[in-house]
Amino acid sequence: MALEVMARAERPIPLQAAFRVEPGEVLALVGHSGSGKTTLLRTIAGLWRPEAARVAVAGEVWLDTAARVDLPPHRRRAGIVFQSYALFPHMTVAQNVMAAMDRPDRAEAARLLDLVHLHGLADRRPAQLSGGQQQRVAVARALARRPRALLLDEPFSAVDRATRERLHAEILALRAHLAMPVVLVTHDMTEAQLLADRMAVIERGRVVGEGTTAQVMGDPEALRAMGIREVAALLPAVVAEHGADGLARLEAAAGPLFLPGVEAAPGTRVRVRIMAHEVILSRARPEGLSAQNILPGTVAAIVAGRGPAVTVHVRVGADEILARITRRAAEQMALRPGESVHAILKSMSVARDHVARAPGPARPAG
Amino acid sequence: MDWTALSLSLRLAGWTVLVLLPVAVLTGRLLAYRAFRGKGLVEALVMLPLVLPPTVLGFYLLVGLGRSSPVGELWQALFGHQLVFSFEGLVVASVIFNLPFAIQPAQRGFEAIPPEVREAAACCGLSPAAALWRVELPLAWPGLMTAMVLTFAHTLGEFGIVLMVGGAIPGETKTIAIAIYDRVQAFDDRSAAIMSAVLVAIALFTIALTFWLSARVGRRLG
Repeated sequence: MALEVMARAERPIPLQAAFRVEPGEVLALVGHSGSGKTTLLRTIAGLWRPEAARVAVAGEVWLDTAARVDLPPHRRRAGIVFQSYALFPHMTVAQNVMAAMDRPDRAEAARLLDLVHLHGLADRRPAQLSGGQQQRVAVARALARRPRALLLDEPFSAVDRATRERLHAEILALRAHLAMPVVLVTHDMTEAQLLADRMAVIERGRVVGEGTTAQVMGDPEALRAMGIREVAALLPAVVAEHGADGLARLEAAAGPLFLPGVEAAPGTRVRVRIMAHEVILSRARPEGLSAQNILPGTVAAIVAGRGPAVTVHVRVGADEILARITRRAAEQMALRPGESVHAILKSMSVARDHVARAPGPARPAG
Repeated sequence: MDWTALSLSLRLAGWTVLVLLPVAVLTGRLLAYRAFRGKGLVEALVMLPLVLPPTVLGFYLLVGLGRSSPVGELWQALFGHQLVFSFEGLVVASVIFNLPFAIQPAQRGFEAIPPEVREAAACCGLSPAAALWRVELPLAWPGLMTAMVLTFAHTLGEFGIVLMVGGAIPGETKTIAIAIYDRVQAFDDRSAAIMSAVLVAIALFTIALTFWLSARVGRRLG
């Protein structure tokens, strides 16, 4: 049932990539613009044919240049959300959604529109909707195709930040309904880390790093193409309470976290993206420090790279935090795996869009 | 007032639009979406009637469709009368003469559709024919409408080529523009004035209709 993709081309950009996405899994193709990630997505949809390529989903071959198989896009069951949404401007929202159905079914369209929180907007035209609403229509239309693979091409790049955060949360909530392989193309590493299970870093048409999101996000070598300052851990936590001073208390396995700008209600399970270069390590529990978050843990591994920095994996409870510190500091502190250490994090170093609702159905407050 | 000439002109304009619409859709779409060798030449050929004197085009059509031409012979064999100096011959000439007026706006209409919208249609499972019918034609509609109105109005007013290919046979090839010329030659200024006024009224009406329809489409697409 998985989606398997292999593509090789010289033009318009050199391409040499292969990847596989399991059903229900979200693979993020990350890379800078011009890296070839969108070309790979278009290859899957049938909108582009590389010189040599194979695309198969659920045992059905959509494209195999060696075997001269090349289904046209309208015969491939791919749901695609374009960066510009590409809604049909002359159709209403419901008509847009029904256009992707084999048999137009108004009730089914209404169900899909409910799913993406567009209840009551079925008779509007795309021009009468906000950017976020248009994106939701595009998602509903892609799902109306009953796709074997769902393809998302930078679907959050055309909306403002607040809307993007809301759409991220909705996509995560929607994932419970998605049984097909999902490919997300993005250049936003926060988005990739929060939404994807696996990641493939694309640079000049090649996969230069691939693995689970935790693996890739913790591997400066894999992330070199995107910038090693993107190295980050994802820490699960539950929102406990909102303080009067604007700081929220979150409970993580390792202890409390105090973060600003958290809007989720108490009881909400969230995940916090903690940038490795923002984390300070200390042997002793520091005192008289402005940083609000001091998490005790043990060193799990110290990974050296090419540069002057090392990545320290710190186990905190059942989770892991990453710290990028200088090789010199690691030597001065005589850090070794298994030794205890404190990870220190400024509250203000966590951007508000680095706190996101955990995937799955939202847990009721309290 | 020569009602026969007016109805002939309207019939000629109607047939020209009817024949040219599918040609404009297919050619305009091809020129808008496809890159192919010789595209520039095709576009130049389509534009040629715009810059050629109608008499020059009429002359070549007369030669190309005449009794001794292959097309003319075939027509004679099939229908028992010659193609030139007949209504059918006039339609052929009018279609060729109006190619730029129909194809150009149609091409612009198709070009105005964002490529992703056409791709989205395919990815929604619409076959090329279904995508043309349900997405492309409604969106290219302003261009197609301009094409039809221009062709219609332009055919009503055409003079030189009609005279060359059609002559001035009443009820067959004598259009209203010819009839006006004919009346002026006969010093019948009153008839010429009435018919000219009728043509002005029709032209104004078609232009107003286009504006109104395109404003409506503009509102619809927001």
